[in-house]
Amino acid sequence: MDQATANSNLKFMGWRRENGRVGVRNHVVILPLDDLSNAACEAVANNIKGTLALPHAYGRLQFGEDLELHFRTLIGIGSNPNVAAVVVIGIEDGWTQRVVEGIAKTGKPVTGFGIEGTGDIMTIAKASRVAKDYLQWASEQKREECPISDLWVSTKCGESDTTTGLSSCPTVGNMYDKLIPQGIYGCFGETSEITGAEHLAKERAISPEVGEKWYKMWKAYQDDVIEAHKTNDLSDSQPTKGNIAGGLTTIEEKALGNLEKIGRDCRYIDALEPAETPAKGPGLYFMDSSSAAAECVTLMAAGGYVVHTFPTGQGNVIGNPIVPVIKITGNPKTVRTMSEHVDVDVSGILRRDMTISEAGDALIEMIVRTANGRLTAAEALGHREFVMTKLYRSA
Amino acid sequence: MGNPHLLVHEKEDTVGVVVVEELKAGTDMLCVVTHDNSSFNLQSKMDVPIGHKIALVDIKAGDTIWKYGQDIGKAIADIKQGEHVHVHNVKTKRW
Repeated sequence: MDQATANSNLKFMGWRRENGRVGVRNHVVILPLDDLSNAACEAVANNIKGTLALPHAYGRLQFGEDLELHFRTLIGIGSNPNVAAVVVIGIEDGWTQRVVEGIAKTGKPVTGFGIEGTGDIMTIAKASRVAKDYLQWASEQKREECPISDLWVSTKCGESDTTTGLSSCPTVGNMYDKLIPQGIYGCFGETSEITGAEHLAKERAISPEVGEKWYKMWKAYQDDVIEAHKTNDLSDSQPTKGNIAGGLTTIEEKALGNLEKIGRDCRYIDALEPAETPAKGPGLYFMDSSSAAAECVTLMAAGGYVVHTFPTGQGNVIGNPIVPVIKITGNPKTVRTMSEHVDVDVSGILRRDMTISEAGDALIEMIVRTANGRLTAAEALGHREFVMTKLYRSA
Repeated sequence: MGNPHLLVHEKEDTVGVVVVEELKAGTDMLCVVTHDNSSFNLQSKMDVPIGHKIALVDIKAGDTIWKYGQDIGKAIADIKQGEHVHVHNVKTKRW
């Protein structure tokens, strides 16, 4: 059997949710609407072992596009098929219900609680009873065999160095070149980190219209954010100190390595807003997103992606509470000094005893094993970075 | 062919990446171009850490630096073939 046929026959065991989407984890999430509700959510998760609170820093006095992104992120996280059921707790009922109603569209169990007029203690008691029922219900949901086309796989790299552009990023690109034709959904982002390769990224769109939509997103970040807020230049932030220690010299060099993640053949079919759910069918998508690892992975999780592939050079340790994050590195020093963080070692590429295609196959195998339930290094180490993207100051 | 010391993305590139730890000055480096698997030898003029770049040709201040067959910035000092190329002698053209 040739490799393409083997890839088309790939299967994994996942949880098919009420809306048809398939998850690879089975979390019951206790989701705070706002910073004030973190304490109650964490108390519920402490009462009901096996549920997962997702504390975060925002949700008060946001407005406009920033508020819309806040709701889209929370609703997207609750709707992600890696989540079986959700308890939402907010300081008041209005916005809490908006999140509940958004998640309820998936058909999954979700209930909201407002703290005002009830207090933390009674809210925690009521929410804990619902969380217990959800957890026991979720524990009886069964995995079923699913075709690889049911998998949504995102990517973002971090603590990059020159080895990522030579090995771990092209490994992800090779995986997309093999699995996108099998009908998976892919996603790349990191808007500012394409600076220096924007001419190449624009050409990789499926059509001139999509390329133009992408270019406007990239240019808007240059004009509205960098130009508006910079104090001197971005040399202290892009590349990062870690990137520079790893040998990356300029943003252009970093961007060219970054773009290796989309392979040779794939074309992106749409450019999504942050945390937006893809709506144009299977294929590769771009998502407008920060290049900060936890923000970017959180946005892609909110968009509905269930497995994340994360190339690193110097050794980024990021995870996500609801999405398994698979680390790939080609840097032999990182393999030696940070092995507990590495899921796929592709350092053989630098020694020329492993091809990019062999590395891509190794990554595909690890994606399937992870989907089937293998815990990633980040999951085993307890990395649960959940970081909301905020667009501007609250009112 | 043994394990390479330096990998180069494209034939037209003017820099390559050190892929072994503790590369010393004076090493006769095996350099491989990943695009077509062609190889050549070059002597390193400095100790250069893994992941850092070495000039494949003499570069003058103001010259564009080529990697991936693309423009990755400009030299801000003269750089001799075999020397370390990094933030002390190359800068972005963007910011």
